[in-house]
Amino acid sequence: MYTSADLKKGLKVVIDGDPYVVTVFDFSKPGKGQALYRTKLRNMITGIAIERTYRPGDTFEPALLEEREMQYLYKEEHIYHFMDNQTYEQITITEEALGEASHYLKENLNVKVLLFTDKAIGVDLPNFVNLRVIKTDIWVKGDTSGSDSKPATVETGYVLRIPPFVQEGELITLDTRTGEYSTRVKE
Amino acid sequence: MAKNWTLVKRQGALRARANILQAIRLFFIHEGYFEVETPHRIPAPAPESHIDAVPSGSWFLHTSPELCMKRLLAAGYEKIFQICRCWREGERGSQHTPEFTLLEWYRANSDYLGLMEECEALIQRVASTLGLSETLRYHGQTIELSPPWERISVDDAFQRYAHIPMKKALAEHCFDEIMVEEIEPQLGRSKPTFLYDYPAERAALARLKKEDPSLAERFELYIGGLELANAFSELIDAEEQRKRFLSEQSYRRSLSKLSYPLPEKFLKELEAMPPAAGIALGVDRLAMVMLDAHTIDDVVAFTPEEL
Repeated sequence: MYTSADLKKGLKVVIDGDPYVVTVFDFSKPGKGQALYRTKLRNMITGIAIERTYRPGDTFEPALLEEREMQYLYKEEHIYHFMDNQTYEQITITEEALGEASHYLKENLNVKVLLFTDKAIGVDLPNFVNLRVIKTDIWVKGDTSGSDSKPATVETGYVLRIPPFVQEGELITLDTRTGEYSTRVKE
Repeated sequence: MAKNWTLVKRQGALRARANILQAIRLFFIHEGYFEVETPHRIPAPAPESHIDAVPSGSWFLHTSPELCMKRLLAAGYEKIFQICRCWREGERGSQHTPEFTLLEWYRANSDYLGLMEECEALIQRVASTLGLSETLRYHGQTIELSPPWERISVDDAFQRYAHIPMKKALAEHCFDEIMVEEIEPQLGRSKPTFLYDYPAERAALARLKKEDPSLAERFELYIGGLELANAFSELIDAEEQRKRFLSEQSYRRSLSKLSYPLPEKFLKELEAMPPAAGIALGVDRLAMVMLDAHTIDDVVAFTPEEL
């Protein structure tokens, strides 16, 4: 059993028989009042999001998910194809079920596919992935007028903010837990 | 070794934070207050139901400088302020770090209404020091700082924003949930809001209203839905204060929370305290509002996770 003190982004719990993942978590405390844990949870099968507020001491049944090492192969419309590294069996997951994970899926990336009662419902990513910047503004060295970050598109189509000194074509490391730029990769 | 990018990015916010601290000090000095420093490590924090102190040896890190500052008030220090670090166990979220900076100020012969006006003046001064106009942008909201700010009682706020009245929320033990989910997001949206007159049981150190003792003379200041400050007309009846501490203590015990010794020296000296008002304002949150920061992490040098 989890308690509300265990709540954090990414925690998987069972609510009304379905597996849910915590997508937004915040601690809140109205002045002099009790601690409250505010969450948004995504149903890992339907992709539908719900909002719930919990108190200290509330308990949760963990969602027990089977994990299998798979390789991401390709995407067709909104369907993502994966291959089991051991059995070579291929499976598919919808974009809705993947949620934000789709931002980081580059072909041949190894991920853990999550199965709930034998149905593939999502993936667990490495904390860091390397992706190439395919579009961003040019930065002139010594330019001190600009802001401290600029938008960039990486090869999966995901858009994020990166430091001005990173150029188009460079490889960067992203933190998949926050979706943010982490470092530049020297090649 | 590459530079720590997070710290590089934060420099602008930390410089603004330094300016905010400077502006606060100048404001209070100009108003005739003097700055005090009281110990961070104390033997007996005020027992409050939902505020947990961090143990430090056999003592505790203070959760606010309130009791020490009131002892100074009781000794005849009429206008004092302090900016200090405080610690509250387990408080971490987009608006909380377990170690944070509080500004507290106390004023003899004043009440919570007087503090509202001082809040208006202080925050306008801070904004103008930062070169902000009379208008703040915070989380997509445009907030006018020109006084008077909105004043709404807790009871009225429930009428206006909540699906049940305040008395029912108290009886059904969902006051906090409704406050967080239905009321707070509506407060301070176009002008800062003073939410005032809390149920008596929600204000362990505040004076009750003469005309309605079910309410306490307490307010909270909200800007853009964010709670910035908590203020009271101070309770100066030592006997009543002891009763309330004992009741908070027994509540803490019923939840198996750590219990603290009663602050006896404070209770003794409280008898000499003049009528007064006091307020605690979160400096990190003030910086968030001034800088339109997404989370508290953006306005501190280091979060606990980064240490």
